[in-house]
Amino acid sequence: MPSSPPSGMSSRHSLSAQRRRAAMWFLAPMLIALFCVAAWPLLRTIYFSFTNTTLTSLYDGKWIGFDNYLSYRKLSSGRVIWRGTLADPAWWNAVWNTVRFSVVSVALETVLGLIVALVLHQNFKGHGWVRAAVLIPWAIPTIVSARMWGWMLNDQFGIINDILLNIGLIETKIAWTANIETAMLAVLAVDVWKTTPFMALLCLAGLQMIPKDIYEAAKVDGVHPIRVFFKVTLPLLRPALMVAVIFRMLDALRIFDLIYVLTPNSKATKTMSVIARENLIDFDKFAYGSAQSTLLFALIAIFVSAYIWLGKVDLSGEHSK
Amino acid sequence: MSKFLNATLFYALVFVIVGVSVFPFYYAVITSFKTGTALFEVDYFITKLDFSNYINVLSSPNFMRSVWNSVLIAASTVGFAMFLAVTASYALARVRFKGRGLLLICILAVSMFPQIAVLAGLFELIRALGIYNTPWAMILSYTIFTLPFTVWVLTTFMRDLPVEIEEAAIIDGATPWVIITQVFLPLMWPALVTTGLLAFIGAWNEFLFALTFTASESQRTVPVAIALLSGASEFEIPWGVLMAASVIVTVPLIALVLIFQRKIVAGLTAGGVKG
Repeated sequence: MPSSPPSGMSSRHSLSAQRRRAAMWFLAPMLIALFCVAAWPLLRTIYFSFTNTTLTSLYDGKWIGFDNYLSYRKLSSGRVIWRGTLADPAWWNAVWNTVRFSVVSVALETVLGLIVALVLHQNFKGHGWVRAAVLIPWAIPTIVSARMWGWMLNDQFGIINDILLNIGLIETKIAWTANIETAMLAVLAVDVWKTTPFMALLCLAGLQMIPKDIYEAAKVDGVHPIRVFFKVTLPLLRPALMVAVIFRMLDALRIFDLIYVLTPNSKATKTMSVIARENLIDFDKFAYGSAQSTLLFALIAIFVSAYIWLGKVDLSGEHSK
Repeated sequence: MSKFLNATLFYALVFVIVGVSVFPFYYAVITSFKTGTALFEVDYFITKLDFSNYINVLSSPNFMRSVWNSVLIAASTVGFAMFLAVTASYALARVRFKGRGLLLICILAVSMFPQIAVLAGLFELIRALGIYNTPWAMILSYTIFTLPFTVWVLTTFMRDLPVEIEEAAIIDGATPWVIITQVFLPLMWPALVTTGLLAFIGAWNEFLFALTFTASESQRTVPVAIALLSGASEFEIPWGVLMAASVIVTVPLIALVLIFQRKIVAGLTAGGVKG
């Protein structure tokens, strides 16, 4: 407490003790709720990943150690057979898809979001309308945008093929979402379209915090605008960008809905979340899917820790106060 | 001359940004007014207003049930999260105690959980509670992302409220509960509206849990209903009806976002959390 209440030391102590006690009671319901929906289910998922539980008999699973992750058996012929997720090509394909998708989509969204933010940062006529228009993709539910784009990318009647044919960029109609080569492109396009507004908003907020007189000074000194951008704007924007990138990255690493709806069952786009749910629910390999979920969780946890540590990102906002 | 060129390029860029942002929704609106073979002709403008797709959607009992389910689930989730978050964020923002920073990081960590990591455990919990295939399954599971988000944003907001008003209340002998309900709550309406709206949108859009924890058509939420809407076969997706349904569930969201856009931008940047 910066200033002390009127009465002496002992009552100040009891006051802060009373506040701390009240704080515990205020925090308890929230912590219990979070334990029930987050910590406990997570622990159970990890537990399931070490058993042979199936969807139909959730409580009959036996402890089988790391067999869902990796195990090997030596055949009498001397050949060794590896089993488990870590020896499953479908899993590594999903890992590769997830990483590829996350890196490319977040990189594109950052660059495009920055461009949109720089445009919105200018003063021009109709500024408010442009900002409103930019927010629209963000406001549309992911599933709805997946369906809208699915229709626009339709091979026979889609408008994208029509436009591209008319301007001569392609010669025949392309089945964007069904083709192995283009499915990932389609997913990336929709994701970038959908989430660039979010990036742009965070970048814009960062831009608005940069004091104007820095630009005035640069202008007086006659520094080229592009140089100003790289020497002044970008370094000052870095903290905001770092936070925006990590939140987008986390979202991208766990992507499920867009891929499930836009390119169902495509090997080229199946991500870790998609393949884990498939095993958990559809294929009745509950424990196997749990192992894959656990691996995704571990990957994200490692990534976040490394990012915060290496990038010295202040997420809690406690230090900036 | 170069100034003129710069201005032209700038407005061209603005035009492209607006065009790309708005076109897919515009095209969905165009499609939603088409039926039969008209669907298979590419048009860039509305040629004729045919409301039969909309009538079709609005008179479908299952779809209207999904809308009701979504409204009920999103509203309950947000109400529940708000109730827990207001008191918790007071403790986190205004009371100094050991481990506060760590607790905040933990809460933030929960909002970063990949949903799939808790899916198996939640599935078991929901089965054990006997709420599988009921709205309660979603109300329970959505707490995992609405609660950390509301706590986080409300904490940042409360931290910025001036100390003086609270001190005055303490000198008058107000208990922490009175401080929250009488002093802070009236000041927090803007923050509550913003976080409530963002949490509502998050719950409204959620797909993975809703897909996994429902089985019958009448229990589906809007995203699941739209994702699983199909015709007799994969090649007979009723695009006109689908786009009409999409427009119906998107228009209220776009309206809300545009009305509250300043507040939403403030809330997103305060939380820095996903929208």
